[in-house]
Amino acid sequence: MVTCEKKEDDFLMTKENQNIILNTTALSIGYQSKKKDNIVASNINIELQQGELIGLVGANGIGKSTLLRTLTKVQPPIDGDIAIHSKSLNNYTSIELAKALSLVLTETIASKNLSVFELVALGRQPYTNWVGNLSNDDISIINLAIEKTNLTDLKHKKCFELSDGQLQKVMIARALAQDTSLIILDEPTTHLDMYHKAYVLKLLQKLAKETNKTILFSSHEIDLAIQLCDSLIVMTNNGIIQDSPTNLIKQGAFNTLFPQDLIVFDEHTGAFRVKK
Amino acid sequence: MITNKSYKIPFLILAILLLLLFLVNVSLGSISIPLKTIINSFFTTAENYTNQEYIIQNYRLPKAFTAILVGSGLGISGLLMQTLFRNPLAGPFVLGITSGASLGVALVIMGSSIFGGLLATFLISKWSIVIAASLGSFLVLLTVLIVSSRVRDTMAILIIGLMFGSITAAVVSVLSYFSSAEELQQYIFWGFGSLGDLQWNELKVFTIIYCIGILFSIASIKALNTLLLGENYAKSLGLKLKQSRLLIIIATSLLAGTITAFTGPIAFIGLAVPHLTRQIFNTSNHKILLPAVFLFGAIIMLICDSIAQLPSTDYTLPINAITSLIGAPVVIWLLVRKKKMIF
Repeated sequence: MVTCEKKEDDFLMTKENQNIILNTTALSIGYQSKKKDNIVASNINIELQQGELIGLVGANGIGKSTLLRTLTKVQPPIDGDIAIHSKSLNNYTSIELAKALSLVLTETIASKNLSVFELVALGRQPYTNWVGNLSNDDISIINLAIEKTNLTDLKHKKCFELSDGQLQKVMIARALAQDTSLIILDEPTTHLDMYHKAYVLKLLQKLAKETNKTILFSSHEIDLAIQLCDSLIVMTNNGIIQDSPTNLIKQGAFNTLFPQDLIVFDEHTGAFRVKK
Repeated sequence: MITNKSYKIPFLILAILLLLLFLVNVSLGSISIPLKTIINSFFTTAENYTNQEYIIQNYRLPKAFTAILVGSGLGISGLLMQTLFRNPLAGPFVLGITSGASLGVALVIMGSSIFGGLLATFLISKWSIVIAASLGSFLVLLTVLIVSSRVRDTMAILIIGLMFGSITAAVVSVLSYFSSAEELQQYIFWGFGSLGDLQWNELKVFTIIYCIGILFSIASIKALNTLLLGENYAKSLGLKLKQSRLLIIIATSLLAGTITAFTGPIAFIGLAVPHLTRQIFNTSNHKILLPAVFLFGAIIMLICDSIAQLPSTDYTLPINAITSLIGAPVVIWLLVRKKKMIF
């Protein structure tokens, strides 16, 4: 029985290897100025597989946002290469990238007077004509995104009427409607209560499985990420490693995540606790 | 975005209202002219005009057309600026267009004594003021744009525009200090705004530039809707931010710039009409807002103009005062009634 499972795992692994959505090679990230480069992290080699939910964890200031900004072409890498679908990020036009990669950001949207449907519909902008008319296909994709994120009842509500948790779901629905193979979310669980944190991450896990999209998110909810993610990217001062949560626990990757004086990682529960 | 069906009836009502107000505006004035004469005037050749028909064709109609162009143009450029800067207080003039125009006109009117003699009489003609206003607003706008291209943040453009406004206002103050009472009065009169000074040939130039501005605005509809999410989301949706921003700014400059050049700085409409429209149509979709703002702007300007000419008297009030007197209470009333601002 055990061997059988092992074989199946191996089979899946080889199959997954053919479906790399995003990978980086020897990537260095940071900020360039005329005087000198300020390198935040270097030698980053990560691979995002199709249909996987990947968490990005690390302490404040370690460079999670810089990494996400670099992966999403908001800022240029200092060195190394990023490829989506084996094509270098530099070779993407803005429209091509919008069809390959969608974002959920931490910033609030400028106009909350949009209805849920209207906001999700804006996800179709890369596909619509010059004035933004929706085709029947567009509308069914929008409705599907609304359905998959359990927003059908709120479809005609205005965004200012929604709670933070509901609004986050709408933003996820919008990213779904953009119909990209990769969705990147920057701290999707901030401002949410414990239940909704779990709810949103569970929803992301469901969406990754059901839609076969690759979903990468940064988060401080390490215990939830360990439970829900297929793979985790851990950023520490010693470097950046990517592996499955169980392997990472075995390697003790979480022990060096934070300074050791206040909290310790409990390998049995997969959570941090305060030192007595 | 979502279907436009539910908006057909309001649009129809507004269009009919616009037509009615247009006719009322033409018929009212120092003498009231009956509707029948107005219609007749269209079927009479120029040589056979009666006095009333002559007034209609050469004074009232150009003025009513000007009102429509001014109201709709200012409303639309206000809408563009409010969405681009995500700021409900933005209007057509945040980029320094009015201040530039004021500076140009102030230089011509108050500086003409410096040039003296023959040149002065040439300078203070209708076209010279139009040209001075256009040049002034163009130069100030160009400076704002050049400085802005060095900053990444859209909000900084807003501040830079305001700063240039202050600089030009200071220059105008210095000029005023050294000028005669007569010149000062003339400058202040320009500042009141006037819809009635345009002849058909001037209106032709006005309309052509206005139409280009409107075309640019229509071309920006999709970008404006994308910008409702904020700039970073807009970029992630494939929007070419710099290009779209430039198109929106050019559209605003063409509309607000020509309007200011031809009619003087008309206050309030550009700020208030987009708010009024959002409150009544309860949407942020620019595919609906743009035509709705067009209609509302034109309607409000016609109403203001009809009131400003004080029907059956020989007096005409400054249009600038009327737009604020009528418009401000309407916006306050709407905000209080709906209890929230839609943006």
